[in-house]
Amino acid sequence: MAGGAASGGGPRADTYAADRTWLLLPAWVTLSILVLAPVAMMLVYSFLTKEFRGGVIWEFSLAAYDQFFFDRGLFGDEPPRIEWTYILIFWRSIWQAGAATLLSLLIGLPTAYYIATRPARQRAVWLFLITIPYWVNLLIRTVSMKFLLRDQGPLNDALLGLGVIDAPLSIVNTNLAVQLGLFYSYLPFMVLPIYAAVERYNFALSEAAADLYATRWVILRRILLPNVRPGIIAGCVLVFVPSLGSFLAPDLLGGARNFMIGSLIEEQFKGNAGNWPFGAAASMILLTLVLILLLAFARAQSRESR
Amino acid sequence: MAKRYDLRVYPGFRAVTFLCLFVLYAPLVVVMVYSFNASPSITNWEGLSLRWYADVFTGPESAKFKAAARNSFVIALVAASVATAIATLSATAILRGGRFRLRLVSFGLISLPLMVPEIVTAVATLIFFNAIGFDRGLLTILLAHIAFCIPFAYLPIAARMQGIEDTYEQAAMDLYATRRQAFVRVLLPLMMPGIVSGFLLAFIVSLDDFIITNFVKGAGVETLPTAIFGSVKQGIRPNIMAISTMLLAVSVVMVTLSWLISRRDTTR
Repeated sequence: MAGGAASGGGPRADTYAADRTWLLLPAWVTLSILVLAPVAMMLVYSFLTKEFRGGVIWEFSLAAYDQFFFDRGLFGDEPPRIEWTYILIFWRSIWQAGAATLLSLLIGLPTAYYIATRPARQRAVWLFLITIPYWVNLLIRTVSMKFLLRDQGPLNDALLGLGVIDAPLSIVNTNLAVQLGLFYSYLPFMVLPIYAAVERYNFALSEAAADLYATRWVILRRILLPNVRPGIIAGCVLVFVPSLGSFLAPDLLGGARNFMIGSLIEEQFKGNAGNWPFGAAASMILLTLVLILLLAFARAQSRESR
Repeated sequence: MAKRYDLRVYPGFRAVTFLCLFVLYAPLVVVMVYSFNASPSITNWEGLSLRWYADVFTGPESAKFKAAARNSFVIALVAASVATAIATLSATAILRGGRFRLRLVSFGLISLPLMVPEIVTAVATLIFFNAIGFDRGLLTILLAHIAFCIPFAYLPIAARMQGIEDTYEQAAMDLYATRRQAFVRVLLPLMMPGIVSGFLLAFIVSLDDFIITNFVKGAGVETLPTAIFGSVKQGIRPNIMAISTMLLAVSVVMVTLSWLISRRDTTR
């Protein structure tokens, strides 16, 4: 069933082989013009000179990348030192996305496992319940999270009412709020691939281990987890990558102190402080990071499947 | 052998699953409940009321929301239709076009909008329209939406096509149907559940988008998410919760439809 034909269709179906050029033409034209050309143009813009109040002057310049990595003092005449501001913003984003990924894994793994071990008829319903919130508008979900977590919000009311806490917890505008928001945004991406891996897992392996007196936690650690590892890695990548460049969760839940890449980029294209080449350069650096990550992931997966 | 316990069961995993569902649904349920609050404050509960729903349609912000809703639905409808058509043709070439050199590359190109971070797509698209001197407005939003809707339409369509043996079309062509007739009269009807499901997902994804829209929209042109974002920046007001609840209902209904359509078919 799950065998082999991961990349393919039916048994080498070629009914429309003669038509494939024009069948693919609309997709190629649309995506070349609307995705490939824009990314190429963004690369070009990152090497242009900024125009004040947005836009660019068509003059080659390395200023955007220079500004990202080096600090040359207020008047640009001092010897260059490493500029930490933007590197720290990237680092914070990586850290936040990593924390959100870990949180998703801690909740998502047991959930995926539990669903995969339900009777076959129930699984689809469980998966559906997990994915519905994903299809609800991300903005609405993030706003809902903020509404729930805020100082006079229902969460604090409930905890105060139950006597768990004496004073309201200030969660909004902390790192934790951003992590919770990211976790909430992308959790299904963690559950689905792990679910698929556990569903394929052969429980005879667990039985064999148990016959050899392994306890169930040893089985989990030594047999089950290594076997579903591709699913876990896929889930982590699928949560980490969109978290890294997210805008809404840090903007709405994080406040000014928890600035992430998405806000840094957005700021360059809004209002008068904008610097388009710098925004393009920051986007290129983000894109490069993500592509390196995805390539490493693809290589790991293909080694895994060999 | 009599087992002492069920090896598949790990204590605590069920509790985590329920916690997971609770975390996923609690914020949405809370906002839904508070959208029916009679109080103009978002903190105090003063009883059930449809006041804020009326406010969405007749209140001071109603003109803005109506225009935004119209834009959102028109864009979603057109973008999802175009993306679904493109995705159907592409899936036919990739899954029914035999082996060819650009097959994997084409699949990669179609998945590209899923791999590039949304904010990067947003920046790139804005820069592109700026570079070619294309005025930002409804049309730029529509074009951007078509691009990122394609992979979402493609996935259920391709999944469906993989499940259909090509013997049906072969049989039709043995009976002297042309390729075009085999496609239109045999493959497309069999594909319908996948196509509808792909269309619905693309529609929701378009309706959902904030970041890319926010970058490529012209001044004064709003869709529902950008209008809501603008209002939320001034604080969460009850009418925002009412409009969120309505939008939430649209998404849930469409996903459920998409799910039921694809499910009914696999169980047959």
